Amino acid sequence: MALLQIDNLTVQFETSTGWFKAVDGVSLSVEKGEVLAIVGESGSGKSVAMLAVMGLLPWTAKITADRMLFEGRDIQKISATERRALIGKDIAMIFQEPVASLNPCFTVGFQIEEVLRIHLGLARQARRARAIELFKLVGLPNPEERLGSFPHQMSGGQCQRVMIAIAIACDPKLLIADEPTTALDVTIQKQILDLIMDLQVRTGMGLIMITHDMGVVAETADRVVVQYKGKKMEEADVLSLFENPKSNYTKALLAALPENATGDRLTTVSDFFDGNPEPAPSAGMNGVNA
Amino acid sequence: MSDNTMLELRDIRRDYELPGGLFKPKKTVHAVKGVSFKLERGKTLAIVGESGCGKSTLARMITFIDEPTAGELLIDGSKVDTRPGHLTADMRQKVQIVFQNPYGSLNPRQKIGDVLGEPLAINTDMPASERRDRANLMLTKVGLGPEHYNRYPHMFSGGQRQRIAIARALMMNPKLLVLDEPVSALDLSVQAQVLNLLADLQDEFGLTYVFISHDLSVVRYIADEVMVMYFGEAVEHGTRDEVFSDPKHEYTRTLFKATPKADVESIRARIEKKKAGKAA
Repeated sequence: MALLQIDNLTVQFETSTGWFKAVDGVSLSVEKGEVLAIVGESGSGKSVAMLAVMGLLPWTAKITADRMLFEGRDIQKISATERRALIGKDIAMIFQEPVASLNPCFTVGFQIEEVLRIHLGLARQARRARAIELFKLVGLPNPEERLGSFPHQMSGGQCQRVMIAIAIACDPKLLIADEPTTALDVTIQKQILDLIMDLQVRTGMGLIMITHDMGVVAETADRVVVQYKGKKMEEADVLSLFENPKSNYTKALLAALPENATGDRLTTVSDFFDGNPEPAPSAGMNGVNA
Repeated sequence: MSDNTMLELRDIRRDYELPGGLFKPKKTVHAVKGVSFKLERGKTLAIVGESGCGKSTLARMITFIDEPTAGELLIDGSKVDTRPGHLTADMRQKVQIVFQNPYGSLNPRQKIGDVLGEPLAINTDMPASERRDRANLMLTKVGLGPEHYNRYPHMFSGGQRQRIAIARALMMNPKLLVLDEPVSALDLSVQAQVLNLLADLQDEFGLTYVFISHDLSVVRYIADEVMVMYFGEAVEHGTRDEVFSDPKHEYTRTLFKATPKADVESIRARIEKKKAGKAA
């Protein structure tokens, strides 16, 4: 049984010109202990799809799916109380901008202990001990002192580590990392990716890595889903995606990598198609021009 | 000194003073600790380093936003007097900058036409009609069109905004363009377009670029020379091939190791390693 299974997910927002489909018929599944990468440029609906799974979209969004199962349990129709017990505990998410997603009014220690109090109901001293343990795990120096720091007193990389610590506080079964390294330097990026991958191997959780960086995909993923304008273009394991991409959009993305430049110019995505990407045949029924 | 040197820095330093408090003594931060280099006309120098290593401070000094604490700055063979009030308008025209975040560097209440016309309005006494023509011409040069003249920044995507920022920098016909992480906020596909545009413009106007970045794959593509900075010091400087094939400094090697590798071989190696780890 897949850890998370989504069939034909569609998310729509109402705009002045009618309903806009941000995610259009995307299906995906993650097994236990698997790393799935979702790749796409901004506006391809990769974050929105995951926010829909978490139930974090505003009520104005219209979410429909044939199936949305977490460990075989339907998470579409569950009540708000049940959802609150589920997300943050069994499904956790690392958000995009670490500095913006922490609350500036509270110390990071308060914010991590809040998770432990609500989801695990630990007593004060147990919370403290666990928080220090988590900070050690994510490689923050002087964890005891760090608990009393506010987010603005820490660097971007440190805030990202705190976010990861909060996300893994309850040993989630599924971790969704939304562009966890986009705002960071290469050296810090390497450390954070190593940390996430190390945790994933050690705890055996499922991991969904949302990114637009092909380098990050190459370094982390087992399987890759390529998304463009809300539609799934291709799904393949990481090696065959890089070796033998099926969809012309994937080919374009790979050709746009600076290290793959041929001669003087970089190939741009529009060199490959004029806004009409063809999904790979294996991407299933939910492709383009349905 | 050869005639072909566009930019020369001689032992440039910049210190920032942190004011002390009641119980806290005054502190001096040495952001840039004596950097020297020469850059030829029409070449691209890439400055690489992690955040806080002083590369942006260096960019601010080259563009006269910040005043160096010590050292000499020579542009086009002549020494620049960087003290406030001593800069000539002529000198300011030669150097322009493109900032990192195209969402923050354009005024949301200013139309694109006014964004592009403003440098001309301030620095020259060109009539409005000519400013308009020049702005339209520049818009087509950077791959936009005259129909964008009356639009506001929020109506553009990130890549288009970066094009506008580049167009604004080029309005005064500068000779030296400082690019402070111009593509790090952009998607991969858009990044390729902007990099191509920069290469085309360099050929067309004979521009000299100082390109600041932390993305080594971009640097490898665009740079002629590479300088690696670490804690305010230039730890390595050489041609692109020298630095990439034979990195001398410890930090440069760390940087290369940290860059994600996207070639098939390294993916295969990683998967093999993971399988071995699982079996064990």
